[in-house]
Amino acid sequence: MVMEIVCPAGTPAALRAAVKAGAHTVYCGFADETNARNFPGLNFDREEMREGVAFAHSHGSKVLVAINTFPRAGDEAIWHRAVSDAEAAGADAVILADVGLLDYAARYHPGLRRHLSVQAAAANADVINFYAETFGVRRVVLPRVLSVPEIAAINAETEVETEVFVFGGLCVMAEGRCSLSSYATGKSPNMNGVCSPASHVEYHDEGGVLDAKLGGYTIHRVAKDEPAPYPTLCKGCFSAGDKTGHLFEDPVSLNAEHLIPQLKKAGVTALKIEGRQRSRSYVAQVVGNFRAAVDALEAGRPMPEGMLTRLSEGQATTAGAYMKVWR
Amino acid sequence: MDLTVGPNQYFWAADTWAGLYDELAQAPVKRVVLGELVCSKRLPFFQDRIPDAIATLVEAGKEVALTSLALVTLKRERKQTASLIGMEVEIEVNDLTALAHIPEGTPFSVGPLVNVYNETTLAWLAKRGATRVCLPPELSLASIEILATAAKSLGVAIEVWGHGRIPLAISGRCYHARLHGRTKDNCQFACEDDPDGLDVRTLEDQPFLTMNGVQTLSGSYAAMIRQVDRLEAAGVSALRLSPQSQDFAGLCRLYRDVLDGKIDADAAEAAILGIDPGQRLSDGFLDGERGADWSGRMAV
Repeated sequence: MVMEIVCPAGTPAALRAAVKAGAHTVYCGFADETNARNFPGLNFDREEMREGVAFAHSHGSKVLVAINTFPRAGDEAIWHRAVSDAEAAGADAVILADVGLLDYAARYHPGLRRHLSVQAAAANADVINFYAETFGVRRVVLPRVLSVPEIAAINAETEVETEVFVFGGLCVMAEGRCSLSSYATGKSPNMNGVCSPASHVEYHDEGGVLDAKLGGYTIHRVAKDEPAPYPTLCKGCFSAGDKTGHLFEDPVSLNAEHLIPQLKKAGVTALKIEGRQRSRSYVAQVVGNFRAAVDALEAGRPMPEGMLTRLSEGQATTAGAYMKVWR
Repeated sequence: MDLTVGPNQYFWAADTWAGLYDELAQAPVKRVVLGELVCSKRLPFFQDRIPDAIATLVEAGKEVALTSLALVTLKRERKQTASLIGMEVEIEVNDLTALAHIPEGTPFSVGPLVNVYNETTLAWLAKRGATRVCLPPELSLASIEILATAAKSLGVAIEVWGHGRIPLAISGRCYHARLHGRTKDNCQFACEDDPDGLDVRTLEDQPFLTMNGVQTLSGSYAAMIRQVDRLEAAGVSALRLSPQSQDFAGLCRLYRDVLDGKIDADAAEAAILGIDPGQRLSDGFLDGERGADWSGRMAV
């Protein structure tokens, strides 16, 4: 079977662009704190979701709705409503991370397919099978801490489909288990669906040097004419001991396109592209390229190479934990 | 409120590690959680000392639990996690992988690295056998109140992060190894030189985070000394103190005195800074603008 390309859509226009560019599947979220890309101007209202799903279905594509933040105590109804509305809109599955929300969805929306979000950080076959047996999870998005052989080992021990990130932003920390952002800014991926939010970024220009601050902490410093990377916490510049540099990760993004054949061999069902905050032209180009790659693989043709490099943040990419030396 | 000692987050020599639990046997804490939370490579260095530590603590009348690993990926880690059930002490689940091995009906506790953010998750865990939950450190006081109220009717005790550097993130990558130009598989135990983790500073030389192998902690020490009354009123049963290399037993006594009303928060703050003058404190996750904030007078 051809590997499934799972593509982000932050707007209805991006959804249509992705579908037309050949995305087998599109994932998106409602315009509120229920999804992990809760950025101003992004995501779908209820009507847009219904129309988006109808558009995708009419072109033979699927839609997954990410409801993958952790519901706030006292306000769970907001997340419950999101699950109901995703089902009503005709979504093919919901992507969930919270145990309580999985339990709720399994009990009250048993017919709605459930995928386990990367935010659940399920990193081995035991826990993946546990989610499957307990909550009927059919697919898991694997955390970006695993090497290709480890992914193959997981697939050998589970019937649950696996989906892996192949392109876009790279979380260095196990997702869903990181409070760096709320420590520095009060806003976190788990609670608010944001990380290192733009509302807390400041740039200071002092004597030809540009400082980037997040929540008041200076974590980047470049000469004024150099490109200034966005101050994402785990890709910031820090000092420890006698070293100063990008101690956690360089300002790189993920590109695992050259690993597609190995990932297929490892039993991976779907390849996920990060970036619901991205423009529709970016989405269309990335999808087109990945679709061409999986179609080539399926047909036994050589894989197109290096096609995506210029779309990557800061021009630098990594295959991340898929290559064991990264760790 | 009671005091719980959380698992040591750092890599200490086996004798130092065992010495902590000898000391804690005499400390005014009700409960002690021990074992390896952060990195499976550290466990062989002190694993054979765990049974004695448990025996010492049990004999001193402490409740004892064994933590599961925070991130389980390797076969070795899966085996370690599965083998916890054979130790015949309560397991503190810090990754749901452990739950896959705990039979239905066996009571367990839940540590701060499991995402318990709402009532449905809490109720599900209680139904599965959880009797105690230490909430994630990033929760606000408003959430803690709601969860503690729900926990009461479920018969679950609620604990919060009381004192110590806050676990903020866990990764597949070892930052200590990376700092020394090594990979995780060839780390040569770079983390053992830093018994309280390694300070990570911003480009303006401001203390910010702490590196601890695959774990990233806050630079500041969470300190609930000024929040005791509010947490008690919210229905919290226990504060969790996280081991540190300097006078940890003294810190336990200090918190007991704060809980008993024997000393006030100002005196406690002065005493904490007496143990380590360079220490910065925080309690901002409860209702500050951000986690790093501190409500005390010495706020910077």
